[in-house]
Amino acid sequence: MSAQNSEIRYLTPINVDIKKKKYCRFKKSGIKYIDYKDADFLLKFINEQGKILPKRITGTSDKYQRKIAQAIKRARHIALLPYVADLLK
Amino acid sequence: MANQYETVFIMTPVLSEDQMKEAVSKFHKLLADKGAEVVFENNWGLRKLAYPIQKKSTGFYYLIEFKADGEIIKDIEVAYKRDERLLRFLTIKLDKHSIAYNEKKRGLKSKVEKVKA
Repeated sequence: MSAQNSEIRYLTPINVDIKKKKYCRFKKSGIKYIDYKDADFLLKFINEQGKILPKRITGTSDKYQRKIAQAIKRARHIALLPYVADLLK
Repeated sequence: MANQYETVFIMTPVLSEDQMKEAVSKFHKLLADKGAEVVFENNWGLRKLAYPIQKKSTGFYYLIEFKADGEIIKDIEVAYKRDERLLRFLTIKLDKHSIAYNEKKRGLKSKVEKVKA
């Protein structure tokens, strides 16, 4: 048998995951300062339990991940965000 | 050189309007005595806390932005700590980015107010 005959063919093209490149939204949009008073914005960077999401998930760069962490911790201190939560979202 | 700082504090919800104003004016006076210049202040009003503090689930938030020398911050924080009307406080030094951010935000706010008026 020739190689061409043994080629597997699909009716629908299989989904080859083309990974979307993650990017740091702060670098992209030029945000320099992350406000700890803006709890709604910080909600994007914590999970349902109120934990800070790792940068491998959010795509944030090192520099801004540190700033986010700082802002979230400040927001927790003044009770804008919970330290521990259940079903936050 | 004077730095710019920002303080957010939470007062107990048991205070009346006048008591609250009295507490705020006390800190104003303290800041003035120490030679600080208040740049901006904002009363956030009664807000729900994300978790209970001293068994209270709400509190009056108040924000003061001021220019001052670094040495007086310690004294101011001691005063905050001694005041039983405060549940929490947070003082932060502002860098150039945060100053720019705050000014921009204030600008937006005054625009909104103008539109409303």
